[in-house]
Amino acid sequence: MVLRLLAALPFIGILLGVPFVNRVEPLVLGMPLVLAWIVAWVVLTAVIMALVYRLDPANRTAASPGEEVRP
Amino acid sequence: MSSALLIIAAFTLLALGLGLRARRGHDMNLEQWSVGGRSFGTAFVFLLMAGEIYTTFTFLGGSGFAYGKGAPVYYILPYATLAYILSYWLLPPIWRYAKANRVVSQPNFLASKYASPGLGVLVAIVDVVALVPYLVLQFKGLGIIVATTSYGAISPAAAIWIGALVVTAYVTISGVRGSAWNSVTKDLMILGVVLFLGIYLPLHYYGGYAPMFHAIDAAKPGFLSFPEKGSSVTWFQSTVALTALGFFMWPHTFASVFTARDERIFRRNAAVLPVYQLILLFVFFVGFAATLKVPGLKGGDIDLSLFRLSLATFDPWFVGVIGAAGVLTALVPGSMILNAAATLIANDIYRGGIARQASDAQVTRLARVLVPVIALVGVGFTLHGGETIVALLLMGYSFVTQLFPAVLASLAARRWVTWQGAFAGIVAGVAVVTITTLTHATLGQWFPFLPERLKDTNIGLVALSVNVLVLLIVSALTQSRTAAQSQAHSL
Repeated sequence: MVLRLLAALPFIGILLGVPFVNRVEPLVLGMPLVLAWIVAWVVLTAVIMALVYRLDPANRTAASPGEEVRP
Repeated sequence: MSSALLIIAAFTLLALGLGLRARRGHDMNLEQWSVGGRSFGTAFVFLLMAGEIYTTFTFLGGSGFAYGKGAPVYYILPYATLAYILSYWLLPPIWRYAKANRVVSQPNFLASKYASPGLGVLVAIVDVVALVPYLVLQFKGLGIIVATTSYGAISPAAAIWIGALVVTAYVTISGVRGSAWNSVTKDLMILGVVLFLGIYLPLHYYGGYAPMFHAIDAAKPGFLSFPEKGSSVTWFQSTVALTALGFFMWPHTFASVFTARDERIFRRNAAVLPVYQLILLFVFFVGFAATLKVPGLKGGDIDLSLFRLSLATFDPWFVGVIGAAGVLTALVPGSMILNAAATLIANDIYRGGIARQASDAQVTRLARVLVPVIALVGVGFTLHGGETIVALLLMGYSFVTQLFPAVLASLAARRWVTWQGAFAGIVAGVAVVTITTLTHATLGQWFPFLPERLKDTNIGLVALSVNVLVLLIVSALTQSRTAAQSQAHSL
């Protein structure tokens, strides 16, 4: 449940947050504010999903042996 | 022959060679041909899924969109990101079921889940109708890229024919394995080219990102944020939500799920793919850099902005490298679409609806025969399609999105939705999409009493709502009948 709440954050940030930052100034890292906001959330999503992967018990069982099969 | 043309030709041959070589050491039965024997590891599944995003649409369309429309282009960045979050929970159960039941395609999956071959045929038809315009888009992009970067030496028509031949050859012989190997080359190329262009062009012409955006903001006020009307914030929210749901419903994306060796791959990729998505940012930068430097492109020509600016900036050999990257972004997705469409018609329309007893070997043979046929249809539409294809393209994404409710409902532990409900929902959703696309309807026209803000809501949400509503009502009706019948039986 905690994991899903965590994963819901990017939806809130991107879908509900954008109306509040729909401006060009101030530029952030050289980008218009609204674009920088979206970019920040994309990066945060990666961080959040890495965290979810770590915390999720489903990924804690021993990895299945066998190496990458080359197509 | 110019140096640009030589480089493009070399890469096309490389793609063909890699594609053909991929077959080596594998007996091409149906499962091998369509889903690579379910043996791909993290890296290849990653590339097949990421390969979906970096098509000619993003390469040419993404920069063209930024060039011509400005802020609305931002929506391309977050929708896939949200789709990846959904994929963490959505894809593992789909993969598990597919593996246990030897499912090789999306209609196959739904037909099996709902125990209804009819539903499978319907889904396959929706899929194929959505895929053909997508294939045409890749061919069109191919024509534009080769004609531009060969400085007119090769006509778009000739380029389209050559591209179609290359893709047909390796898909027929190697199936999805050919696409996987070419994805590697393509992604390395596109990564290098897009990063370079997105960093170099703003620096070269403006001295950096901040001066570039200041200059654009001064020259075109309002261009860099969402407008009050039209492509407004409401449009952004609804479009991102809608396309995030549709993202994994494309049959070739759905099928790439089946190529995975284990389910953890999807969960791991959910964290990595969003970062990869950021390459698109550099595509935007190219388009924005072009908007003040090569102004004047209108209508469909905005897609040429990346190449116009490159031609004005670089030597022919480097234009050739950009062109080669562009050619690969058309060939790889093109090959996956061809593969998916052929499998769909052979496995799900032919075996699912016409010849139930057909063996795997017969289906594989038919799928291979169909590859050149579908390629020909694609080339035909590309060369003679005209404006109708634009309407079809707009419909494609909305069509596949209509499959989302049925897929989601099929994953529930205690399934309440019936096959009749899923069937009727998809038919209703597709009908609404067709009507709204053909009449260019907007929500504001239909519901003039809505508050101004809501009028820009993406009309695709209406189709999806109708779909869900019909799915629920029909399920409720057919539910009671099945329940009544089973009661009658027990009495």
